[in-house]
Amino acid sequence: MSSSGIALTIIFAIIAAGAGIGLLAGAHRKMDLEQWTVGGRGFGAVLTYLLMAGEVYTTFSFLGASGWAYSRGGPALYIMAYLTLAYVVSFFILPQIWEMGRKYGLQTEADFFGRRYGSKHLAAFVCVVGMAFLVPYVQLQLTGLGIIMEVASSEGIRRTPAMVIAVVLVASFVLVSGVRAVAWVSVLKDALMVLAAIAIGIGVPYVHFGGVGKMFAALAHARPAHLTMPGATSNLGHTWYISTVLLTSLGFFYMWPHAFAASFTAKSGDTLRRNAVVMPLYTLTLAFVFFTGFTAVLAVPGLRNGDMALLTVVRSTFPAWFLGVIGGAGALTAMAPAAIFTLTAATLFAKNLYRPLFARPTIRWKHSLA
Amino acid sequence: MFKRPSLGAILPALIPFVAMCLSVPLWDRVEPMLFGIPFNLFWLISWIVLSSLCLFGSYHLEAGRHKKDGDTR
Repeated sequence: MSSSGIALTIIFAIIAAGAGIGLLAGAHRKMDLEQWTVGGRGFGAVLTYLLMAGEVYTTFSFLGASGWAYSRGGPALYIMAYLTLAYVVSFFILPQIWEMGRKYGLQTEADFFGRRYGSKHLAAFVCVVGMAFLVPYVQLQLTGLGIIMEVASSEGIRRTPAMVIAVVLVASFVLVSGVRAVAWVSVLKDALMVLAAIAIGIGVPYVHFGGVGKMFAALAHARPAHLTMPGATSNLGHTWYISTVLLTSLGFFYMWPHAFAASFTAKSGDTLRRNAVVMPLYTLTLAFVFFTGFTAVLAVPGLRNGDMALLTVVRSTFPAWFLGVIGGAGALTAMAPAAIFTLTAATLFAKNLYRPLFARPTIRWKHSLA
Repeated sequence: MFKRPSLGAILPALIPFVAMCLSVPLWDRVEPMLFGIPFNLFWLISWIVLSSLCLFGSYHLEAGRHKKDGDTR
């Protein structure tokens, strides 16, 4: 088998396993909207953790974070800070949102704003804004997925067919299993992503420089300014860092409709608090992604698009079968978030836009949607 | 209707904001490298773990308060 054939086989095996897990996740459960979109409000600490990690760590964590380390340098560190601080904020906010969700049976962010402020118009506005911003976020995941699969398979599969296959799979497991599918697919996705990140974060610097420490020493010698802020940029200094980290960490969790709705899946406010205590630790994975991005600065210099840095340096370091594993992990890293974005947008559209505007009240919505 | 978080639980949660965000001019440098990692990256990695510990402190204060009123589910 050719090297691109081996990589493609592994990628498809991983994707098939992910889609299979997603399809089975909702088996033997009577699906109504409550079960489909907030998992019957029964997720314990582990499933809530998986769902939230599943939707926060997207293709940006792989390609974007390493791309920032490659083309901008020091400013990339803001990603670690804002994620950690967002979890700190979530500790105080999500349990309160959950409490109100349980009391009034809320399922979406728009439900919450409509109920809390007693305004149908505010609910509709929140719904439209949320949906509008989910569209480019889904598109970003699919573009990332296309790039990852194309490079990992050595052009064995082109971007467009890769994206079409992914969309069909995501749509089917979301339709069948709802939010449970996202949580369970994230088991495989997160396990592979953490393993892949550690393997390349240690492996790539080792192969090119003989270790992480030697890589940083070489980089600090060759480009002394790259590792601190503003790095390779002219304007991403400390003022930018403080303002951006504060803005994203304070606004991050409760403004995204999917992150907001994820808090409704928990079975108690206490689950969300415990979750917030352990969530920051997942951010440690980013350190390994940064190691890879920083190695690429000297190992594969001159790339015009920083987002390609991780894949390019990995391709120049590892054999084809390992590229397949990276490709599969990367594909799932795009598919799990794309799934929850789609689910959230669908619920918002059906519940907060279509139903109040067009539906006749006799239709049994809970069953017609799922 | 909702119980606001207690001040005691909020205070430990403010520490990560000072350490990871507001104090950036103090720790954003390469030297001294620790375990081969630039100082700023090492600082943030350490504070990811320490933030978790701070929240663990907040959790104990909050959970105790909620348990007393019998509303942990």
